[in-house]
Amino acid sequence: MTLNDLLNLKTRELSSRKKITLRCCMAAGCMSSDAKGVKQQLEKAVTESGLQDEVEVRGVGCMKLCCEGPLVQAEPNNTLYVKVTAENAPAIIAALKGGKADVPQTDPNAAFFKKQLSIVLANSGIIDPERIESYIAVDGYQALHEVLTETTPKEVVETMVKSGLRGRGGAGFPTGLKWGTVAKSPGAKKYVVCNADEGDPGAFMDRSVLESDPHSVLEGMAIAAYAVGADQGFIYVRAEYPLAISRLQIAIKQAKQLGVLGSGIFESPFNFNIDIRIGAGAFVCGEETALMASVEGKRGTPRPRPPFPAESGLYGCPTLINNVETFANVPPIYRNGAEWFAGIGTEKSKGTKVFALAGNIKNTGLIEVPMGTPLRTIVEEMGGGAPGGAAIKAVQTGGPSGGCIPAQHLDTPVDYESLGKLGSIMGSGGMIVMDDSSNMVDVARFFMEFCMDESCGKCIPCRAGTVQMHNLLDKILKREATARDLAKLEELCDMVKNTSLCGLGQTAPNPTLSTLRFFRKEYEELLQPDTYGPRGNGEPKKQPAAAAI
Amino acid sequence: MAAKTLTIDGKPITAEEGATVLQAADEAGIRIPTLCHLDGVYDVGACRLCLVEVAGTPKLLPACTTKVAEGMDINTDSERLRKYRRMTLELLFAERNHVCSTCVANGHCELQTLGYSLGMDHVRYDYLFPKWSVDTTHRLFGMDHNRCILCTRCVRVCWHIEGAGTKNVAGRGTKSHIITDLNMPWGESDSCTQCGKCVQACPTGALFHKGSTTGEMERNRGKLEFIVTAREKKQWITPE
Repeated sequence: MTLNDLLNLKTRELSSRKKITLRCCMAAGCMSSDAKGVKQQLEKAVTESGLQDEVEVRGVGCMKLCCEGPLVQAEPNNTLYVKVTAENAPAIIAALKGGKADVPQTDPNAAFFKKQLSIVLANSGIIDPERIESYIAVDGYQALHEVLTETTPKEVVETMVKSGLRGRGGAGFPTGLKWGTVAKSPGAKKYVVCNADEGDPGAFMDRSVLESDPHSVLEGMAIAAYAVGADQGFIYVRAEYPLAISRLQIAIKQAKQLGVLGSGIFESPFNFNIDIRIGAGAFVCGEETALMASVEGKRGTPRPRPPFPAESGLYGCPTLINNVETFANVPPIYRNGAEWFAGIGTEKSKGTKVFALAGNIKNTGLIEVPMGTPLRTIVEEMGGGAPGGAAIKAVQTGGPSGGCIPAQHLDTPVDYESLGKLGSIMGSGGMIVMDDSSNMVDVARFFMEFCMDESCGKCIPCRAGTVQMHNLLDKILKREATARDLAKLEELCDMVKNTSLCGLGQTAPNPTLSTLRFFRKEYEELLQPDTYGPRGNGEPKKQPAAAAI
Repeated sequence: MAAKTLTIDGKPITAEEGATVLQAADEAGIRIPTLCHLDGVYDVGACRLCLVEVAGTPKLLPACTTKVAEGMDINTDSERLRKYRRMTLELLFAERNHVCSTCVANGHCELQTLGYSLGMDHVRYDYLFPKWSVDTTHRLFGMDHNRCILCTRCVRVCWHIEGAGTKNVAGRGTKSHIITDLNMPWGESDSCTQCGKCVQACPTGALFHKGSTTGEMERNRGKLEFIVTAREKKQWITPE
């Protein structure tokens, strides 16, 4: 494979395009409501109308407005059909010749779409994720070629530092700094690992990226591998994402066939292979040290850091671990330059962020917005507010490690620092909107139960502490707790946060702490008078009246 | 090997490069409470009792896995650390059925000793009273899961010192438990060499010699020390 071969492939792919394209969302959300049947019927209707030479029916990745799926969009006039059924196919094809199909449609220029800025999701819903030619047609693998032939690994790292990209897995560690550390770590063997063990309740950003544009992740990993000097990569993806796994397998196979992965990439001395490792259903394996243990075939439990993976990671070798979205940001950065990327977003948070918008909100789906976009824009303008006009009460970000941002702080810009100040985190991108029917103590209990179930059991504070905190929250909800129980809960939150071994335990109290910070009244309203403690009224506990026999 | 100078609890100390904070403190006569640490096997930093404060680091660090560095200023004993340590013990006592008065290790138990030395006079959390079994299928030894604190010392000596790989951890969270081979009764294990190192390693009454009655279970840690010294230094010391 040379640059000429690549450009030839692009030209051939573009020239084979037909006049009209019908793009059918084939991501997991739409697939669950028969997108496959819709696509088959559309293809059948095209053949029956004799339009094979004019119309292409293309299976594409996520088209973002997941709540209205299955989605079908016609190119070039951009008509966006929603909630399409297989029976709608003939009407959609008939409308291509003029006229209007009697199929529900939505405005492709609505705020939900117009306020988005797509970098990571630029190809999502446009290209066919199962064909590498479709990715090459949108300039895919050109960045890798340029990096391999025209720059040194050191320059690649410098570009990443300049871009200001920060890790999209949640903590926001500067990506360039991480690459530089791995590149400088001595060692003949190095690894690049892609963390695709997305597990936060309500989050599906990484799944959508893998299902919609797997090659951008592969290209990003290959550029990273060149920068740090690795020749082997692993993608650790959870078994609950079968479609993402199968598309990754297809993508890796196609990339190897074309010589953009494997040995002697672009006829250079650079080798890079990627293997998939499938998780067995443990949330904690998203923690980098547990993930590496799992890749090695060991029990997926975290270990203390330092040593950090950059010094001693997989099989004791220097290892670069980045999240799916981080890697997907890489090819656009090298295609368009670090300055372009650094020009988007805020001073300390560059670029865009993908969020999975879910919960009590009209438009659920996938959004990508520039860093610094106010939460209000996302929730009210793009999301369309709560269904039925209910008042928004809070927005939960960061999943079980994050917190609830109350409605009065909706004008907060979405960036790492601002969310941190409110006791929440950017997280990997789950955004759950709650209206005034939500009980915040119940929300805290839900996330605590999640952490309790997902604790690996290695360290005591997380293993035993989450159980006790969950029991205390349960007691409060059942109106059986007193002020002393609440004090005990707060003391445990502090202890588990400060003494747990890994991020799971250290952040498990966050949802409870943040709801206590902003919605303390809801907790206090559920408390019972303490008959024995200093806050009690001193009267003996009332016995429930015996039932009349 | 280069020496590092550091301060522990206000005391200036010199330690070998590569030594852990726990080793350095131990040599200086400063005792940091531990539970999952066992001399001779690698550390996992799981019990969180040896957490110490290091000036300039916002997080508490486990002394057993943190290497000494030049100029470190370490505090091993503060009101906050004492509180966290007591809470950790309370959580452990509430988690399983630790009934000292009917335990083989009564009087020889590290958990019990720590309870006394750290001033844990009562448990404020609800006891969970889980239903765990006792495995007495082995000819020589028994395993009482009710007393297990999941320190994984037995797992580590079994893999690292004996090389048998019989013991392991299954399940997760509070359902984690020690298993033998593929979760079979200990007596049916093919890989167990009956060496008894796990019994010597156990800090509580979870692993015991069959036939020991309440309060009889004294450990012979010298046996482990003998093997490790023999292996690493080629010296055959007389076990105590």
